[in-house]
This record gives sequence, C-alpha cells and structure tokens, in this order.
Amino acid sequence: MNETIMKTLGVTLGVCLLCSLFVSFTAVSLRDQQNTNKLNDKRIKILEAANIYDKSMSVEDQFKNLEIRFLDFDTGETYREYKDFDINKYDQLQSLRFPDQSKPVPADKDIAIIKNRENIGKIYFSIKDDEIDKLILPIRGYGLWGTLYGYIAIENDFNTVVGIEFYEHKETPGLGGEVDNPNWKNIWVGKEIYQSGDVKLQVIKGAVDQNMSDAKYMVDGLSGATLTSRGVSNMIEYWFSDSGYLKLLENFDYES
Amino acid sequence: MSLKQYKEVLVNPLIKENPITLQILGICSALAVTSNLNVTLIMCIALTSVVSLSNLFISIIRNYIPSSVRIIVQMTIIATLVILVDELLKAYDYETSKKLSVFVGLIITNCIVMGRAEAFAMKEKPFLSFLDGLGNGIGYSLILIGVAFIRELFGAGTLFGIPIFGDWYPTNNLLLLPPSSFIIIGLFIWLIRGYNNDQIEEDEFDLSKHSVAPNLDKRELNV
Repeated sequence: MNETIMKTLGVTLGVCLLCSLFVSFTAVSLRDQQNTNKLNDKRIKILEAANIYDKSMSVEDQFKNLEIRFLDFDTGETYREYKDFDINKYDQLQSLRFPDQSKPVPADKDIAIIKNRENIGKIYFSIKDDEIDKLILPIRGYGLWGTLYGYIAIENDFNTVVGIEFYEHKETPGLGGEVDNPNWKNIWVGKEIYQSGDVKLQVIKGAVDQNMSDAKYMVDGLSGATLTSRGVSNMIEYWFSDSGYLKLLENFDYES
Repeated sequence: MSLKQYKEVLVNPLIKENPITLQILGICSALAVTSNLNVTLIMCIALTSVVSLSNLFISIIRNYIPSSVRIIVQMTIIATLVILVDELLKAYDYETSKKLSVFVGLIITNCIVMGRAEAFAMKEKPFLSFLDGLGNGIGYSLILIGVAFIRELFGAGTLFGIPIFGDWYPTNNLLLLPPSSFIIIGLFIWLIRGYNNDQIEEDEFDLSKHSVAPNLDKRELNV
C-alpha cells in the first residue's frame, strides 16, 4: 500500500531529509575551496581592470606587485596602516555591517542605491618606477536584479579610464549580463571621467556618435538592458562624486 | 536479464532513439551552451551524471514512491543532484561554472532528466535505469558536441579556444549566436532520418493531389 497519507508523508519527509543532508554536507565541505576561487577571480578582475593581467604568471605573484592602501572617504587621505586592520584581509563590504565603520548614504545622494558606504575603503595602485601608473578603485551599484560589484581602473592623470570589470552581478545573461562582454568593456578604454570638475562620463542610450565633441565622455548603452546601463552610469556618477573618490583624486600626491 | 538487453538500453539512445533528434527534448541547453567546446563538454558531463544518477536513485526507491507525489519526489532527487554538480563545479572549475551560469541550474528543468525518470526509472531495475540514463546522457552529449564543434570551428575559427584557421578567418556571428544551433540540429535530424527511415513520422494529414486550376486569366477578361 503506497497511497496512504502516512506513507506519502513518510516518503516525502524521508527523501527531503536525505537530500538536504547531502546538499548541506557538500555545501559546507566545499565552501573553503569555493571562497578561494572567488577571491582568485576577484584578484584577476582587479588586474584585468588595470590591463596588467598576465595569464602565464600566478595571480598571487602579480597581485604582490600592487600596492594596497586604505582610503578614508571623508578626508581623501590614504594609509598604509589603519588601526589594527589587516590590509590583505580587510573587506570593505563586511564593514557595512557595523554602524561604526559605515554610514548610511542620504537618500538624495544615493543614486547608485548602495544604502551604506564604508568609512574606510581599499584601493589599489599599480606602480611603475616609483610612480603611480594606474589606480584601481572598487565600485558598486544597483542594476536591474541586484547590486553589481566591480572595479574601475584609471590612468595617473586621474581622469582617463583604463578598464572596467565586474566580478559579481545578477543581471540577465545576454542582456544586462553583457557588462561582461569584452567588446563593451573595450569601449570604456580611454574615456574621460571629469569635465571641469564634474562627473561627465555616462552610459547613454544607443550608440555613441564618434564625431561628437563629447564622445569621449560617453559609452554605448547595452541594448535590451536600459536599467543595467543606467545603473552602471549612476555608479560612475556616485563613486566619482564628492562622497566617493573625488576627495582622493583632488588631493592625492603619491609618495613612495 | 540478458546482456543484449543491457546493450540495447545503453546503445539505443545514442542515435536510434536520441533524446534530442528523435524526441526533440533538451533543446534549450543545446542552444545556449554550444558556442564553445570547453563549456559544452562540461555541460555534457554534468547532464550525463545527473540523468544517470537520478535514474539510479529513483529506480532504487521506485516501489516506495506513492504515485500522488511521484513527480515532486523525482524533482527533489534531481534538484539535489544538480545542486551537487553546481557546487562541485564552483569548487573545481570556477571559470567554466561562471560561463555556464544559470544553465547548470536549469538541468533541473531539462526534459530529458524528468522524461527518463518518469518513463524508465519508475518501472525498471536500478542498474538498467542507470544504463538508460547513461545512454541518454551520451546521446545528448553526441549531438551537443557535434553542434558545438561546427559552431566553434566555423563561428570563431577555434576549437577548445585554440585558433585553427588563423587570422584570415573572419568570425561568423550567426554561428556564434544561439539560433544557429536550431539550423544545425535541424540538419542533424535530416541526416539521421535520411539514413534511418524508421524515424520519419507520418504526415499528420494528407495533402490533396495537385489539380489543374481553372483558367483565371480568361475569366478575369470576361468581367
């Protein structure tokens, strides 16, 4: 007799229990490996954003060549050491959980819809001959389905884009997911962010007319992904504004 | 159970009863993951292991599954296996798992898995069901690898990401986009049915024979 209520309940419960045991066991036992992969992937994105990733070398070695610093968003000062934070382990996204390490973004300024901004950021320099060559800055903002997390790298004029990469997003594959498309990312190379102190760089709707005088401040929109394009545009505007990296870029003077 | 029967269960789904070209199942992933052979291969391994193991487990408990909840019990087992595969991929082949993105998760909804569970594993013994799953998985893989081979070679001019044709070959965007798989699968079906006439379905209705149309020109003149 398979059709009694007790049997039905029993079998379903048994199957569910067994299956959930399997799933949780694998999830827990593979977590470390998966986190290592994620970290590695993030590092590759950082290097790729700055266009200095070399596939033939180990990521860890290449990453050692970068200089990592803490950034105080409120003052624009950078530090090699800050309190008792470990620069290699510090994760600014974790600090969003603590009210003493982050601040809510006022609604009228929160164009990227990030809600909270950390007090202390983590930024990366690629150094050449004791001079800053490139600056790699983390950015994030809301697209259509969730927050996009990425990095944007700029030249040492603090204005020209070297590259942009996203390491985590939930956008629709084929539409908003095209933020990962190398062709689209290539459009960003050489674009300029500021025009007389204001953030001018934006993602527009449709394709950019290369003959326009403002073409260097515009990036083609992703077709079929207006909200994602707008999200990326807002992200740039927020993170290069006064509450983002503007203070850093205005005052920064690198001393090795 | 004779050896011949085992062999039949394993070999039949390869060409004769291929899940894609005869039953037209699992087309969605055949379109989505066939632009690059690396990715396709991982997807094929993932699907084959899911379909054969789900067949095995469902067959083991087939006599205890109440028929009122059988679909959901099958789904639970299939979903568990798919999550396992997904977790393993994330741990050991992160690069490919990122490229496959949602399509590993979508194995749950792949009709082949569900179809084999419902049509075969619910009735047959575990080992036989396992072989049936394996056969169907390999049948699916054969077609996918064929499609991916054509798409990658003539689309991007590479195989497994390694350039074959060199710089003179312009990439063929039509082949790199998913709709080209429809055309290629269609050609495969044509080939297989041309060779294996049993697969040709009867027409659903008969067309009437051509008849000579009345001479319209003259009638129009009379108006």
